[in-house]
Amino acid sequence: MSNVALKGDKGNKIANRQAISETLLNLAKENKNILVVTSDSRGSASLVDFGKQLPDQIVEVGIAEQNLVGVASGLAASGKKPFVASPACFLSMRSIEQIKVDVAYSNTNVKLIGISGGVSYGALGMSHHSLQDLAVTRAIPGLDVMMPADRHEAKKMIEALVEYDRPVYVRIGRNPVEDSYASDNYDFQIGKAITMKEGTDITVIATGETVRIALDSAEALQQEGIDCRVINMHTIKPLDKEAILKAAEETGSIITIEEHSIYGGLGSAVAEVVSQSNPVPVRILGLPDEPAIAGKTAEVFEYYGLSVDNVKKIAIQMVRGL
Amino acid sequence: MNKIEFLKRKATEIRKELLTMIYEAGTGHTGGSLSNTDILTVLYYHIMNVDPNNPKWEDRDRYVQSKGHAVESYWAILADKGFFPKEELKTFSQFNTRLIGHPNNKVPGVEMNTGALGHGLPISVGMALAAKMDRKSYRVYTLMGDGEQAEGSVWEGAMAASHYKLDNLVAIIDRNGLQITGSTEDVMSLEPFGAKWSAFGWEVVEVDGNDIEQLVTVLENTPNVAGKPTLIVANTVKGKGISFAENVAKWHHHVPSKEEYQLAIEELSKQLEVQQ
Ligand SMILES: Cc1ncc(C[n+]2csc(CCOP(=O)(O)OP(=O)(O)O)c2C)c(N)n1
Repeated sequence: MSNVALKGDKGNKIANRQAISETLLNLAKENKNILVVTSDSRGSASLVDFGKQLPDQIVEVGIAEQNLVGVASGLAASGKKPFVASPACFLSMRSIEQIKVDVAYSNTNVKLIGISGGVSYGALGMSHHSLQDLAVTRAIPGLDVMMPADRHEAKKMIEALVEYDRPVYVRIGRNPVEDSYASDNYDFQIGKAITMKEGTDITVIATGETVRIALDSAEALQQEGIDCRVINMHTIKPLDKEAILKAAEETGSIITIEEHSIYGGLGSAVAEVVSQSNPVPVRILGLPDEPAIAGKTAEVFEYYGLSVDNVKKIAIQMVRGL
Repeated sequence: MNKIEFLKRKATEIRKELLTMIYEAGTGHTGGSLSNTDILTVLYYHIMNVDPNNPKWEDRDRYVQSKGHAVESYWAILADKGFFPKEELKTFSQFNTRLIGHPNNKVPGVEMNTGALGHGLPISVGMALAAKMDRKSYRVYTLMGDGEQAEGSVWEGAMAASHYKLDNLVAIIDRNGLQITGSTEDVMSLEPFGAKWSAFGWEVVEVDGNDIEQLVTVLENTPNVAGKPTLIVANTVKGKGISFAENVAKWHHHVPSKEEYQLAIEELSKQLEVQQ
């Protein structure tokens, strides 16, 4: 297995929440300590089947996200392995103090799965968008932060997390996602970025569902004669600084792209590393500091330049010094 | 047509309107919007003092829709009252619309952005408190879901409202018995429900929340007790008005198929005929 994975077929589309719940169900059948904890959110988290098959391993707290995280931390402190699944917007904001104190500070083995994150709730508006969660969770000491690119990575991430005795926040979207990987036959390690494509002229660092945009952009850039490296930063914390500094040194400039506010997410994390060690130009692509426009994910992405065309345009500017 | 007949008809028309909005947008919260249509109709066409031509009028009554997901009846009513052109309802949930899937104060007539459950009551406590400070006589109304009652912030607000003796505050619970996952009593049991609110110092009134006449009587008579906030437990049916959606949990955010839509419109049209 090499660190450079084969690109998946665009046609395959499965939601990460589906992949996660199937993986959890399989693992929980073998391990009675694995629990899922939900807040009237088992439908949104695709956990209906889990609840039917393992009714003793699902805990329902109702629409009460603070209680959700508090209860999960108590379960973890008593030897259970709770996976909390709740919309990312409420989980990361409503419960943030419980996450900080009951989970991170107390170092309880709680895995927080923020579902329907980013703008995947479309026209439901800012109350339901989760575009600050990486910033907020990243700032909490003792909490790791991750985003899987597709169903293969979602599966591998959950398998790794079951064996990983630390608090973690994982953010996923709601809708079916185009595959970024050809299979799950690649080496996944928490905290270790994956070079999806080698390249020498510029690097695009992506996370979650924007990995696919980065891969497609690299292809488009190839036609322009630009050799673009693509890094999938599935773990935003602890950050793979080595991969970032290597990219800075070997390719000279970096573009980051994420379904998150331009403040405090992946782009900020990358810029923090680069600015302190090897300052090279970094362009951060994300959502601006405003309530996002209403629309479907694709419409919103297009509107804010989270698109192949825009990445290509910016990459050309940066490489050719325009 | 007398007042009650007018309100009944209006509620049915609003149901038709909101169903069409949801059907055409391909998204929406059908069940909870239908369950609270009668409550909103009585509030907006009979009880509250609001002025569509002057939405920010200082002495207006305030309405905060805490169960923000059920926005469709609200949009239909605000449009019908003339807060914005009816034509705009067609943009519901479409690209770049202001009529998104939750109340937001870009839209004239909306006091506060909601959507995250458990916010409405504390906001309303603040508004009612401000009215007392300013010696104003406007009332504050808020509508909550019963599933929403699991949020701790509801009870924080409940405590504050009775502490500050907010008899200008009326909270209405859309007690339709269902949330997303299923029955409220299965997900997180609430009963004995009225007793909980009484214990928090509220004057509790129970009503059939789909009975226009009862709603009119109860709402006309608040506050029942000076110095106490009023809680109206409005027993409703989720999906009310469409036989095959009534009391079915999946209709929380189910979007009707073409066939379901046509059947539902037929049913509602028949109800309108009776209400002539
Ligand atoms: C804080 C928060 N958590 C979760 C949700 C997601 N959510 C939207 S509607 C709903 C169920 C609401 O049930 P209920 O309050 O009974 O409303 P109704 O049945 O009247 O629609 C949930 C869980 C939310 N909007 N806000």
